Amino acid sequence: MTTSNSPPPNIDMTELRRKRRGRNIAMVLVLAGLCALFYAITIVKLAKF
Amino acid sequence: MSQTTASIEQNERGEKSPLSSLPGPLGHADGEAEVRDWIALLKPRVMSLVVFSGLIGLLVAPGHLHPVLGFTAVLCIAVAAGACGAINMWYDRDIDAVMRRTVNRPIPAGRIEAGSALGYGITLAIGSIIVMGLAVNLVAAAVLALSVAFYVFVYTMWLKRRTPQNIVIGGAAGAFPPVIGWAAVTGSVDLMAVIMFMIIFIWTPPHFWSLALWANDDYRRAGVPMMPVIRGARATRKLIVGYTLLLVPFTLAPWAIGFSGPIYGVSALLLGAGFLVSVIRVARDRQDGEGVSLTNDAPARAAFKYSIVYLFVLFGALAVDRLTG
Repeated sequence: MTTSNSPPPNIDMTELRRKRRGRNIAMVLVLAGLCALFYAITIVKLAKF
Repeated sequence: MSQTTASIEQNERGEKSPLSSLPGPLGHADGEAEVRDWIALLKPRVMSLVVFSGLIGLLVAPGHLHPVLGFTAVLCIAVAAGACGAINMWYDRDIDAVMRRTVNRPIPAGRIEAGSALGYGITLAIGSIIVMGLAVNLVAAAVLALSVAFYVFVYTMWLKRRTPQNIVIGGAAGAFPPVIGWAAVTGSVDLMAVIMFMIIFIWTPPHFWSLALWANDDYRRAGVPMMPVIRGARATRKLIVGYTLLLVPFTLAPWAIGFSGPIYGVSALLLGAGFLVSVIRVARDRQDGEGVSLTNDAPARAAFKYSIVYLFVLFGALAVDRLTG
């Protein structure tokens, strides 16, 4: 069990940042896609009236 | 069961990386997950068949649905199917850890925490049902909700570990997508939707038992009562042939009731003949006295692959027939 006072293990921070960056980009793309989809749905629904 | 638990503990000990011992966010297993791990939780290969059958239900249904809403309906079906996969991986993380086929999945491999996978699955499931209800219609949303509940509660939590009939009854969960696609267009569930449901429902046992034959050791080790584990390989081969014999005439129902024309009818006949040949090879596989294959289950592997192509082409033919007829 490692405590907060113990020395940090050998972590590849570059790899960690790369993974985090990949997740962030994916999240942006998903949110942008949802915005576009909900906008398109709204337009289609409004067009019915 | 104790063997299973021990294997999980061993796996977790063996797979944890230095990051998991750190306090705070860095120590969270999810910090190691890549985007592809979160995608893997959605079981994309299973999702592809679900999306395809849902799209076919949408295309062959009488009526019109705006392309944006049609896309939304298929997206909701895909996301809900993926959510089921994530919840299934959360629930089955103990048996996944002892099966060669599943040991590298994100949860047993320690790349994603079980609780995160569950939250991810629940969020996607609820979100997809709400969007389906608001954007498409309530009937499609209700059938989508029913299919998610059936897969999670009836198949995954109730049947899978209790009875060799697990995938016979649980297969209904995978049969819902064309019904949802149909309901998205028509706002109802009609005879043809039920026929498409029944085709996938009857197709599932020979498809899944073909896989279970060559993954038998894995299922036995994990304690999952698949048919080959409980009844033996020989009896399972007979059941595979039996269900296929039942399936082939059933696939002719759309032609018989006049819903589709000769393109689909002839395709169903030829594809069905191919499926029958494939499963008869499974039944006649060289085997020892206890029914264990002496060919490393080569015919069962071939039948499994054929069954996937079979359903894709069969439903594809139905769509082509309807759209060109």
